[in-house]
Amino acid sequence: MANTMEIEVNGRGYAVSYPPDTPLLYVLRDELGLTGTKYGCGEGQCGACTVLLAGAPRRSCQIPVSAAARKPITTIEGLEKGGKLHPVQQAFLDAGAFQCAYCTSGMVMSIVGLLQTNPNPKQEDIVQFLQGNVCRCGTHPRIIAAVEHAAKSMQEGAR
Amino acid sequence: MNTTKEKLIAEPERYEFSALAIHQFELQRRDFFKILGAGIAVFLVAKDALAAQETAPGSRSFHNEELPKEITSWLHVGEDGTVTGFTGKAEMGQNIRTSISQTLADELRVPFEDVRLVMADTSLTPFDAGTFGSRTTPTMTPQFRRVAEAARNLLIAVAAKEWGVAPEGLIAADAKVTDPGSKRSLTYAELARGKTLAQNLPAEDPITPATEWQIAGKPVPKVDGRAFVTGSHNYTSDIRLKGMLYGKVLRPPSFGATLASCDDSAARAMSGVVVVRDGDFVGVAAASAHEAQKALDAIRTQWKEVPQVSSKEIFSYLKNNAEPTSHERFRRQKGSVEEGLASAAKRLDAIYNVAYIAHAPLEPRAAVAQFAEGKLTVWTGTQRPFANRDELAGVFHMPESNVRVITPDTGAAYGGKHTSDAAIEAARLARAAGKPVKVVWTREEEFTWAYFRPAGVIEVKSGITEDGKLTAWEFHNYHSGSSGIETPYEVANQLTQYHQVPLVLRSGSYRGLAATANHFARETHMDALARLAKLDPLEFRLKNLSDARLRAVLEAVTKSFAWPRKKTQVGQGFGLACGFEKGSYVAACAEVAVDRVSGGVRVLHVVEAFECGAIVNPDGLRNQVVGAIIQGLGGALFEAMEFENGRIQNPHFATYRVPRFRDVPEIAAILLDRKDIPPAGAGETPIMAIAPAVGNALFDATGVRLNNLPLVPNGLRAA
Repeated sequence: MANTMEIEVNGRGYAVSYPPDTPLLYVLRDELGLTGTKYGCGEGQCGACTVLLAGAPRRSCQIPVSAAARKPITTIEGLEKGGKLHPVQQAFLDAGAFQCAYCTSGMVMSIVGLLQTNPNPKQEDIVQFLQGNVCRCGTHPRIIAAVEHAAKSMQEGAR
Repeated sequence: MNTTKEKLIAEPERYEFSALAIHQFELQRRDFFKILGAGIAVFLVAKDALAAQETAPGSRSFHNEELPKEITSWLHVGEDGTVTGFTGKAEMGQNIRTSISQTLADELRVPFEDVRLVMADTSLTPFDAGTFGSRTTPTMTPQFRRVAEAARNLLIAVAAKEWGVAPEGLIAADAKVTDPGSKRSLTYAELARGKTLAQNLPAEDPITPATEWQIAGKPVPKVDGRAFVTGSHNYTSDIRLKGMLYGKVLRPPSFGATLASCDDSAARAMSGVVVVRDGDFVGVAAASAHEAQKALDAIRTQWKEVPQVSSKEIFSYLKNNAEPTSHERFRRQKGSVEEGLASAAKRLDAIYNVAYIAHAPLEPRAAVAQFAEGKLTVWTGTQRPFANRDELAGVFHMPESNVRVITPDTGAAYGGKHTSDAAIEAARLARAAGKPVKVVWTREEEFTWAYFRPAGVIEVKSGITEDGKLTAWEFHNYHSGSSGIETPYEVANQLTQYHQVPLVLRSGSYRGLAATANHFARETHMDALARLAKLDPLEFRLKNLSDARLRAVLEAVTKSFAWPRKKTQVGQGFGLACGFEKGSYVAACAEVAVDRVSGGVRVLHVVEAFECGAIVNPDGLRNQVVGAIIQGLGGALFEAMEFENGRIQNPHFATYRVPRFRDVPEIAAILLDRKDIPPAGAGETPIMAIAPAVGNALFDATGVRLNNLPLVPNGLRAA
């Protein structure tokens, strides 16, 4: 049965009526129209659907909407502030770190999560952290370069 | 659906085989300006077509309202100075939206930012057989150069008329025409204002040589980059239309299974659910994806299954089921292999096997279909929008002019999105529902019901002289295909042959087609022959190779890699491979590390040299080359479809291993820019050398020769 729940996405509250076990991914995409979060496998194996849930990167295809209620959710659409890209988005642009770009949203959200807990990751940390994110176009070296670039610019920005 | 019983023979170049002839072209000139507004338009007409028209008086003129059917590309300069190019090609991550725009801007002499490209829309763009075969750059570059050059000349002519001067002295640059004498100038926008000028012209060679390119040849960033990093780009799977339903299709439990019984009453009883049964097609549509899934789950079916070949017996099956006679066009012979083998000082025969693999584009097959006012519009991620349109028209018994297929920039394809499966499914459901329907395949459907890169068996017989010259080369490919089958090495006595085998799994194009398999077999065999000749693998290749472009990439890559390298650690190995296909040349060196105890294999370092003529965008090209290396590592090391009795055993990313961050070595790509050679495509050839380079490095490390792809799906057991 559909329950009405309050969810908070990118700082805005929404009342949604879905069965509580519906994956958050479908509510974001089909109900709220936040299609920047992608379906890649629905099995938590590719990372394309990554969002921040209470600040931590999570696979939205594996999170029941009921478990996301009343926790702040950030999607790719919520990163840009006042027309200014998040440093991770800017680093992807600067590094040309995408080809078909279908994995990009999930990569960016995962990396934003990584840099929150580890602002200065070593290459091994990045590889370990992004192991669950698939890029089929093979853009991995540029994605790693973008993470390093973003980490640097965030640290400079914080100073 | 998908259950055709007749024997299907795999075509070696499936995508070219299935390419269609030029069809009707509905857009009329009057409509064209209605859509785009006034301005100046130039249409490029295929040379032969124009010649034919010239024999029909009056048919080729600006007064003729209907555009010729054979138009291959066109552009429009609007009253605001916006330049719009039109191409039937699709963007799927290979970055052609950017590279074609560069070419247009370069030849028309406008800033890159002024150019936009309308792509892959059967109602707006010229007919195109499809985006495949590395054909976009070699065909679109000269076409758009020519069309832009003509538009430039037309703008100069308009300015000359305005000023009452001769056009010869006028200069077109930076989106304006200038008269150097009087210093007057008019922008393209000013020149286009109030005009509806159109010109047809024949296709000829481009004018501006690569050495003089200003915008092409530069690492211009990807168009729409901001839309991709902010998630605002709408892929097909992101499209939402008013009143749209979500569709799901019932899949058989195994390939070739047919419906014996079906009880869909429970699904039909659900409110808001549309159920469609049409032969073996069973599908549902509902207001949400989960309601559609619930309805699908409620359908009770029984299937009649048929026994199938399994992956563990596939190679012997392919060898034993080849068509008894091989088509002449698949057979090339020179000299006498028998004599070449008889005169050889040393002989080497070997058999190579290549597994089925999946494309696994991250955006699965998807389509949104809408019937309105007797017309069908389908948005779908496909490499062949026009073929999709024709198939839809055929399936729904509609004239092609009432079907429109639009392909948004797509979440990759790699040769895997030629067919119109999702488009037909969405349209069938939309017709029944009377509402737009979206179908997005699940990952499991994508791994099961799409098509695969075919498996193959390759047999090689060869002979060399005492000092390492090839005397004989016999090469048979069973099933996987004939792309890249011919050896680039000099050998007087040779036979290459492709043998067709009826399809086992649904098979089709894949990045590079069978060239990956054929290069793997050939370059592995060449490495083994070098060892037999007691020659360094590079020296052995160069001794048997005269092709200057292939030698150039070999020399570039080995110089950068510092070949031959001395081993400094246990388990270390170095390998080399090269080849050419589709007008471009590749050579790769790989370094591997093998853990003798665990059998673990790591590819540590890859250097690849690539040459495809004049480079249009070095940044985009580097992305394609590095991407091909990484994607190629998957098929080289561990990717393989496992199947048993018509069921795919590993239809998930958890069980079908694709390259991930940890699998990615340090990679260096050396791009040779040959400004004297017209640009060739680069989407495929860079994938071809990686598997044999890694395999040869593993032999160097262990002394174990691996003749099957994937090389080490379960690691390498200590030899």
